[in-house]
Amino acid sequence: MNPSAAALRAQFDAAITRVTESCGDTIVYVDPTRVREILAWLKDAPEQDYDYLVDITAVEYRDAGLPIDVVYQVFSLRRKAFLRLKAPLDKREPLAIDSVVPIWAGADWMEREVYDMFGITFREHPDLRRILMWETYAEGYPLRKDFPLRGRFSRAEQVRQALGANPEAHYSMEELSIVQAATELPADMRDRLARGERGKIAEPPRGETTDA
Amino acid sequence: MPEKRSIELNLATTGIDDRGAGMRVPLGIGTALAEREPDLGGEHMLINIGPQHPATHGVLRLVVELDGEVVVRVIPHVGYLHSGFEKLGEYRHYNQIIPLTDRMDYLAPMSNNVVLALAVEKLMGIEITERCKVLRVIACEMSRIISHLVWLGTTSIDIGAFTPFLWLFQERERIYNLQEAWTGARLTTSMTRVGGLMADIPDGFEDGLRDFCRTFTKTLDEVDRALTRNAIWCGRTQGIGALTGAEAINYSLSGAMLRASGVAYDVRKDRPYLDYETYDFDVPIGEHGDVYDRYLVRFEETRQAGRIIEQALDRLPDGPINVDDPRVILPPKSAVMNDMESMIFHFKHVMEGVKAPVGEAYMPIESPKGELGYYFVSDGTAKPVRWRVRPPAFINLAALPRMSEGHLLSDLIAINASVDIVMGEVDR
Repeated sequence: MNPSAAALRAQFDAAITRVTESCGDTIVYVDPTRVREILAWLKDAPEQDYDYLVDITAVEYRDAGLPIDVVYQVFSLRRKAFLRLKAPLDKREPLAIDSVVPIWAGADWMEREVYDMFGITFREHPDLRRILMWETYAEGYPLRKDFPLRGRFSRAEQVRQALGANPEAHYSMEELSIVQAATELPADMRDRLARGERGKIAEPPRGETTDA
Repeated sequence: MPEKRSIELNLATTGIDDRGAGMRVPLGIGTALAEREPDLGGEHMLINIGPQHPATHGVLRLVVELDGEVVVRVIPHVGYLHSGFEKLGEYRHYNQIIPLTDRMDYLAPMSNNVVLALAVEKLMGIEITERCKVLRVIACEMSRIISHLVWLGTTSIDIGAFTPFLWLFQERERIYNLQEAWTGARLTTSMTRVGGLMADIPDGFEDGLRDFCRTFTKTLDEVDRALTRNAIWCGRTQGIGALTGAEAINYSLSGAMLRASGVAYDVRKDRPYLDYETYDFDVPIGEHGDVYDRYLVRFEETRQAGRIIEQALDRLPDGPINVDDPRVILPPKSAVMNDMESMIFHFKHVMEGVKAPVGEAYMPIESPKGELGYYFVSDGTAKPVRWRVRPPAFINLAALPRMSEGHLLSDLIAINASVDIVMGEVDR
């Protein structure tokens, strides 16, 4: 058993709900509302020194009544110690937890992936967008247990949507989320980009050609 | 190797220090260009690189905002190769997941196969045989050599050196032939099984691999001579995309990316598996954390991988490759045909799969790209509840915007190459 588990109990008391061990790794179940505080302490307390965030992921169990666990794996590069924390989120409530990007910049994409795959919102995440699926993906969250392996929509519907999608619209300024650049464009160009009409240049009205 | 280095030291005016390590050639521009150039005003330009672009190493799309030629902002878009492997894994027996792992890091499939087997064995508490351990070390180090040869070849092309690519791919062809002789495939190897291996090494494999380890360093020396002190190479890589050690840790980087920044974290040394602690090898560490140091670190890792393979071949014991445990290993075919009990085991194994006890295990290895970890959660059935891959390339790539902002557009290509991404693993 990792001694950090006892130290966490001493420091956070009621926020540590359970401590178990599996295959040699200590697992500490923590109160999801205090995750950021606990991880910041683990990182900064000199005798803990868990400075390396290995991974953030989530686990949903086959038993639908069990909560979804958000799993944090941390490692101390100096002490060579490994610890796993789990924050269970009740499925009956909105799935949301504090982001740990303020503690580790590397958490950014890991949390985006968890959001993308499980629909868990990370509060105060700087850029919480889908990452592996596309922005307009409408079928839900693929790694949830109620998500069928082939997707929620029928094959026919998936094909219809894929064919109906405007691939050019994907490259419009708004889609790139570079808003400042988009506002600097001429109004007519912005409209055309918004409609996804890329590469089509409006013909000047007939009879008004000017001699330069 | 040391004596050869010392000859070069005498010949070289600069480039290698007393210890034989690569030294800074004072050609790099050092600071990011944006810090030296005055802001001339003007409009920012937005360009799109990829997803189909040879310099993005797969289907990576980068949206780049440029001020003149200086990168102001990079937004990577990933997911074009997303295959839902983790979801698929939840519907498969543990051994059936192995072919999926080939297709993730397709430049080093054997190390992916190994980590899957190790993770399930950790979950089940199986102790594998000595011969299997040594063969898996050989597999891991072979894939490290393969991956680094590809990395070095493609990166040198990205930066404009074509010749090393041809030399290195010749070497890669030779080691691929060995891999093919062992596993039957060049890419989709699927060479491990829970509790052992698909097959033992074929006749002549040991001699072939020894011969390769002896001779491939010659090509490395040639590439070393062509690149390490090359003025253009140094100018294009030194001081580019630099990250400090603290930043690298903050971004959860791993592998050569982390070590180039001066952080000595190698899973083989710090969380040993497969008895890596008993092998004698060095972990190269960079100082500056730039593209040049990443190049030096990977270069030296390739040589060290050859050293490990030689040691592994020296100690390769005789004996079975599979554990003697009917829960996980198929009985031999002759027994299945002649013996009722073996036939039942065979049937149950094929139909029901390997059952892991309730629990969870996270098993990291040092893959060529960094810390590759498989995290399995089991509810006691033959299919995992959750199979999570900690993808080193994905997490390393997340630092790309931080590394490339303020550099030239052409440096962005060098920085992206230095991350050593493989999109099969980034997108999974």
